[in-house]
Amino acid sequence: MYCLIVAEAAIFTIFVVAYIFYLGKSLTGPQPQDVLRVPIFLTVCLLSSSLTIHFAVRSLKSGKLRPFALWWFLTLALGAVFLAGTAREWQHLIYDEGLTIQTNLFGTTYYSLVGLHAFHVTVGLLALAAVSVFAILGDVRQEHAERAEVLSMYWHFVDAVWVVVFVVVYIVGR
Amino acid sequence: MSAESIAWPRSAVAPPPLVETFHEWVITVDHKRLGILYIVYALLFLVIGGVEATIMRIQLIRPHNDFVSPQVFNRMFTMHGTTMIFFVAMPLMFGFANYLIPLMIGARDMAFPRLNAFSFWMTAFGGLLLYFSFVGGDGLYGAGNAPDVGWFAYAPLTSQTFSRGHSTDFWIVSLLISGFGSIGTAINIIATILCMRCPGMTLGKMPLLPWLNLTMASLVIMAVSPLTAAQLMLLVDRYLGGHFFDTQAGGSAVIWMHFFWVFGHPVVYVLVIPAFAFASEIIPVFSRKAIFGYPVMVAATICIGFIGMSVWAHHMFTVGMSSAANTFFVLSTMAIAVPTGIKIFNWLATMWGGQIDFKTPMMFCVAFLFQFLIAGLTGIMLGSAPFNWQLGNSYFVIAHFHYVIVGGILFTLFGAFYYWYPKMSGRMYSETLGKLHFWLFLIGFHLTFDFMHIPGILGMPRRIYTYEPGRGWDTWNLIVTIGVFFQAAGVLVFVGNLLWSYFRGEVGGSDPWDAWTLEWSTISPPPPYNFDAIPEVKSRRPLWDLKHPEDPDWQYE
Repeated sequence: MYCLIVAEAAIFTIFVVAYIFYLGKSLTGPQPQDVLRVPIFLTVCLLSSSLTIHFAVRSLKSGKLRPFALWWFLTLALGAVFLAGTAREWQHLIYDEGLTIQTNLFGTTYYSLVGLHAFHVTVGLLALAAVSVFAILGDVRQEHAERAEVLSMYWHFVDAVWVVVFVVVYIVGR
Repeated sequence: MSAESIAWPRSAVAPPPLVETFHEWVITVDHKRLGILYIVYALLFLVIGGVEATIMRIQLIRPHNDFVSPQVFNRMFTMHGTTMIFFVAMPLMFGFANYLIPLMIGARDMAFPRLNAFSFWMTAFGGLLLYFSFVGGDGLYGAGNAPDVGWFAYAPLTSQTFSRGHSTDFWIVSLLISGFGSIGTAINIIATILCMRCPGMTLGKMPLLPWLNLTMASLVIMAVSPLTAAQLMLLVDRYLGGHFFDTQAGGSAVIWMHFFWVFGHPVVYVLVIPAFAFASEIIPVFSRKAIFGYPVMVAATICIGFIGMSVWAHHMFTVGMSSAANTFFVLSTMAIAVPTGIKIFNWLATMWGGQIDFKTPMMFCVAFLFQFLIAGLTGIMLGSAPFNWQLGNSYFVIAHFHYVIVGGILFTLFGAFYYWYPKMSGRMYSETLGKLHFWLFLIGFHLTFDFMHIPGILGMPRRIYTYEPGRGWDTWNLIVTIGVFFQAAGVLVFVGNLLWSYFRGEVGGSDPWDAWTLEWSTISPPPPYNFDAIPEVKSRRPLWDLKHPEDPDWQYE
């Protein structure tokens, strides 16, 4: 999993580099400072989901299945809120601001970077949901803690990437 | 050995029907079978890529030749480069890594056998997809059309405007898919080496081949991922109307070059480091001496890995970068010569004073030492920016990197084939045919690539489909093309040798070379479980300890 994370990090690095390189190079509007709003609530949701999944794995390790399930569902819910928020943000950008992936360089780099991250969130949510189904069926037990931990590593990585994306897109980029 | 007593005699068991055997190979998750699948698959593509090279050389044998059209010539050099790097050299290295690493570290399989099978089939279908472009490149209307944008596919050639149809998409998607396969294999190699070593084998007692492959796999992870990202961007550009590499909308063609070469240069080290690994295993055995300077070899390898990640823009001196960037990439390129030089001296020191036995694998390795040195020297020439401005994109560059890839990497690969053939097949190859292959290929190689430097210095650019007579290039091109036929003959002898020896070769026994690493302690070919009992090692040469209990290595290490 660590190796996969390194590989994924390299992919994100290239997209982030492209984003930074093309900042302010768009020939036509809209520019980032005109249309982007800082998604503080969503960021809090996603980052706190890192905390909840940590608690979930810790409960599972010590065999407390009920707290595990609760923390795990909370993680899933927080992740889903984040994804829904991104969807609303995109809807706003596309329909109200008229920014699509074809509009200008900002659109191209913004949608591919944030989209790549959202794709990873989606994959993570699917995996989280699968484990939730198993948890409801009562198939998740203490001996599966290691697997849950591997998944939580991936989720932490997705969150860490969001910190970078957030800083680059919403703070430096504006 | 106890292992031999439980091996079934071949005639005692009725051979399973062909369909069943075939089915077993398709569903296999055994690292040895997957290794062999990788190797056989890569050999097929080696022949295809070789045919493409031959077509180009026949076209260039004399000025104004019209053997193929300019369009076909463009497709040939694109497909030749892409095939040889992604579907010959990398699968060959992965194949040997797959086969040898678990055996060398005393494990029963790779860490993730199913991921291993998945990676192989991704790579395999990636290759098929690339070649499907010959049929489907223009979609359902019109004849086939292979990619013709060059193996590094510079923008804006790859934009929808200049590359109509789907040939470029086949190129993108096939590399994307095989890239996923490569990353999967790399993850597998790292996990295997870090977690599955047999008792007693600390990292400092691991043979050099796993060490070098560990570095190789790390490089794959860090180098192939950027290519994946760049291909995704190109797909966004081509299909969603993005502007990453679209200069009309403020995009940059140069950034594609950076993204490509961030992958494109480290991949050379991905290929050459396993080649170093083969040399580091073969040279000591045929010199009857332990490798000279083991810790330094490991350190130099890791050093090459790190520096190799920071030299990519020496492919771009002629693009016009700032003088600061030029200086940095000249210096880093010069710096990488230092650890490489250390390695060459270590191999020489291993041979120094040894009882050298010039069997075929050793001959290929000695030729490698000599040729790789020359390739490194022309590399230093091209690595200095002013010289590069003169010769960039000329045949001198082609000669240089073929010297590395053929003279360095392919020669050690042939050595590795002969060295491990008795282990993989259980039978010895024919030494006479092996020597014939060596000399044919050596003569062909030097005819082709020594003389290719000269038209480069005389100004012949790469990727031209024909040229005017009277520029002083004619004779050199003729010699270069003649060399190709020697190489082709050598490869035919090689394939013939492999096939003939598989059915008719002498039975080799478990350890024909009196070697020292663990793969020679089990029977040939190894059973699916590799070892009856997981071995325990005390030194870098466990079989030496076993054969010489009176003077074991671990007393000195």
